Amino acid sequence: MLTIKNLHAEVDGKAILKGIDLEIRKGEVHAIMGPNGSGKSSLASVLAGRENYTVTQGEVNFDGKELLELSPEDRAREGVFLAFQYPVEIPGVSNLNFLKTALNEIRAYKGLPALEAKEFLKLTKEKQQLVDFNANLMNRSLNEGFSGGEKKRNEIFQLAMLDPKLGILDETDSGLDIDALRIVANGVNKLRGPEKSFLLITHYQRLLDYIIPDFVHVLYNGRIVKTGTKELALELEEKGYDWLREAEVHV
Amino acid sequence: MRNSNEIIDDIANKEYEFGFTTDIEMDIAPAGLNEEIIRFISAKKEEPEWLLEWRLKGYQAFKKMQLPSWQHFPMPAIDFQAVSYYAAPKKKKQLASLDEVDPELLATFEKLGIPLNEQKALSGVAVDAVFDSVSVATTFKGKLKEMGVIFCSFGEAVREHPDLVKKYLGSVVPHSDNIFAALNAAVFSDGSFVYIPKGVRCPMELSTYFRINAQNTGQFERTLIIADDNSYVSYLEGCTAPMRDENQLHAAVVELVALDHAEIKYSTVQNWYPGDKDGKGGIYNFVTKRGICKGNSSKISWTQVETGSAITWKYPSVILQGDDAQGEFYSVAVVRNKQIADTGTKIYHLGRNTRSRIISKGISAGQGDNTYRGLVQVGPRAHNARNFTQCDSLLIGNRCGAHTFPYIESRNKSATVEHEATTSKIGEDQIFYLNQRGIDTEKAVALIVNGYAKEVLNQLPMEFAVEAQKLLSITLEGSVG
Ligand SMILES: Nc1ncnc2c1ncn2[C@@H]1O[C@H](COP(=O)(O)OP(=O)(O)OP(=O)(O)O)[C@@H](O)[C@H]1O
Ligand SMILES: [Mg+2]
Repeated sequence: MLTIKNLHAEVDGKAILKGIDLEIRKGEVHAIMGPNGSGKSSLASVLAGRENYTVTQGEVNFDGKELLELSPEDRAREGVFLAFQYPVEIPGVSNLNFLKTALNEIRAYKGLPALEAKEFLKLTKEKQQLVDFNANLMNRSLNEGFSGGEKKRNEIFQLAMLDPKLGILDETDSGLDIDALRIVANGVNKLRGPEKSFLLITHYQRLLDYIIPDFVHVLYNGRIVKTGTKELALELEEKGYDWLREAEVHV
Repeated sequence: MRNSNEIIDDIANKEYEFGFTTDIEMDIAPAGLNEEIIRFISAKKEEPEWLLEWRLKGYQAFKKMQLPSWQHFPMPAIDFQAVSYYAAPKKKKQLASLDEVDPELLATFEKLGIPLNEQKALSGVAVDAVFDSVSVATTFKGKLKEMGVIFCSFGEAVREHPDLVKKYLGSVVPHSDNIFAALNAAVFSDGSFVYIPKGVRCPMELSTYFRINAQNTGQFERTLIIADDNSYVSYLEGCTAPMRDENQLHAAVVELVALDHAEIKYSTVQNWYPGDKDGKGGIYNFVTKRGICKGNSSKISWTQVETGSAITWKYPSVILQGDDAQGEFYSVAVVRNKQIADTGTKIYHLGRNTRSRIISKGISAGQGDNTYRGLVQVGPRAHNARNFTQCDSLLIGNRCGAHTFPYIESRNKSATVEHEATTSKIGEDQIFYLNQRGIDTEKAVALIVNGYAKEVLNQLPMEFAVEAQKLLSITLEGSVG
C-alpha cells in the first residue's frame, strides 16, 4: 500500500526528515511515536503534499503510484487521508457543504457521478452513528468555534465519510477525554479492514490499548530508530525516549 | 507543484467571459460634450421641452464642478470631450414588437444569457435590455400592465407617463448632486422606469441588463423606480462590456422612491469589463444610486455584487425620511489584478425609529485595492434610530489592499450605532486542508469566498443567487495559493 524509501525532506533549508524507510501493507495499522519535534507531523505533511516541505531525496509509492508526483488533492483522491493535528477553521463554509464538495470531488476523480442529496444525507447519518458524531455540528461552519475534542472527532467523521485507503491520524487522541478517546478508537476499529491501512501518530500508549497496532515505530530526529510491536509502546511509556539516543547514534 | 505566487499570477491568464463585441451598424454621435450634443440627444429621443431644459441645467452644473478628490485612489484624468455621448444600433425600420428586434441584438443578449424571447426567458423575470444608449426590448410588459405595473424604457416613460417622470425625476438625485450625476442629467441615454401602483406586489422580478458595445462611448443610463403605498418590487440590474484597451465611462444614476409601507429591493450584479492584468482598459464605473424612504414604514434595500470595472466608485444610499423606515445595504465587492473599488453606502436617519443594516464584504486579490466607505448620519428628529454595520475584508495573497472608512455622525442621543469590522486572509493552511480532502485550489477558494459572502448572496433573488456565486468563483479563479 505505502512504501517509503530513504525519504529526506527539509523546511526553509533545514533538514527535518533524514532518511525514512517504512512499508505499510494493506490492512495494517502502524503507530509512530517519538519526542516533540522529531518529525512526525512533518512526515504526515510530506505524505499529504504540504507545499513548504521540499523533498530532497527518496521516493514514496502509494498503491502503485509515485505519491510525490501528485498534487495534494490528487493524493487525497487516490485515498490518502490526513487527520490533522491542528484542524483549521473555515468560517462561512458549512461542514455539510464542505463534505459534500469533498466527497463529490473524490467521486468525480474516480469517474463516479455526484451523490444525490438524499443518498448523501443517508451516508452522513450512517457515518455519524458509526463514529458517534454530534449531528448539530454538521450545519455549523467548518471547525469554527469547535472545541478541541470536537475538531478531532470531526476529523474522524470526515475519514469515515471519505473512506480513504490510508488514514494518517496525527495525534487525533490528544485533547480527547477518556470517553471520546474510546469512541474515536472504536470508530477507527470499525473502519479497519483488509483494504484499509492506518498510520497513527501518538504520544500515548493508551490509544494503542484501544487500537492494537501491527507495528510501532519510533521516530527520533528525523529517522525511524526502532521498530517493534505493541510492547515497544509500553516500553517507551516506561523509559521515555532518552535511551534511544544511543540507537540513533548507531544507525 | 505551483507555489502561491505562481498561482496568484495565474489570474492574469483568466479571460473575461463577456468580452466579445457585436458587429452592428450604429448611429454614433461625434465625440464631445456641448449644448449641441445635448440638444441632439434630446431631439433623437423626441423629448419634451422641459426635459431638454432639465438636461441643460445639468450641463451648466457639470461645467462648474470638479472631479472629486476624497476617494482612496488617484482619480484618473477623464477627457469628457473624447467620449461619444450617443450610440444606438441603427434601426432598419420602425419596430413594433419584440419579434422585430434586430436578430443580431437578440443573439447578443442570448449569448450573455439574457434571452429576450418571452418563451425562452426565465419565468418570473421581466427584462429591459439596454444596448449602448437605447433600450432594445422589454419583456413581459403586457403581463405587468394588467396589474398596473409600469416597466418600460426611460424614453418610453417620458412619452407615455410624463407626469410621473416630471414629478420624480431628480427628486432623489438632483441634477447638481455631483459631477457624474450632473453629467448624467445632461446626457443620460436610456434606462428603465418602474412604477408600482398602490397595494400591488409586483408578481415578477424586474431586471435591466446593460450592455456597452460601441467604442469610445460611455453609458449614461438613468433608472427611476417608484413604489406607491403598500407596494413591493424586487429589481435587478446586470451589466457587461467588451474588452477594450481604452477605458470607458459608465456614469449612471438610479433613483428610488418608496412611499408609505412600500418596499423596494434593488440588486446589482456588476460585471463590467475590469481591464487586463496590467490594468489596461476597463470600465470606469462612477455611479450615483440613492433611494428615499419617503413614506412611514417603508423599506429600501440595496444588494450589490461588484466584480467588474477598472474603477468602481459608488455609494448606494438611503434617506430614511418616514418614521419606522428601514434601509439596508448588502455588498460584496471583489477586486483583482489592478482593479480599484471605493464603495459603500450612506444612510441618513431622519425619521423616528428608523433602522438600517449594513453588511459589507470586501474581497481583494492580486494587486487590487478595495475600500469600504460608509456614512451613517442620524438627524435630530431620529429618535431611537438604530444602525448596525458589519464590515469585513478578505485578503487573497499579499499584494492587495483593503481599507475601511466608516463615518458616523449622530445628532440624536437616543440613537444606537454599532460598527464591527474584521480583516482576514485566506490562509495557505485553509487551502491545504481543503486540498487534503480532495478539493483543488480553485474550488477551495470558491468555497471559502462563497462562504464568506453568503450573508450577502442570500439577499439576492433566488434566480440570480446561483449566477452570482458562479461569477464570484470565476472571477477569483486562480487567485490564491
Ligand atoms: N515551517 C517550519 N520552519 C522551520 N522549522 C519547522 C517548520 N515546520 C516544522 N519545523 C521543525 O521541524 C521539526 C519537526 O516538527 P514536527 O511538527 O514534524 O514535529 P512532531 O514530531 O510532529 O512534534 P510534536 O510531537 O510536537 O507534534 C521541529 O523542529 C519543527 O520546529
Ligand atoms: Mg506533530
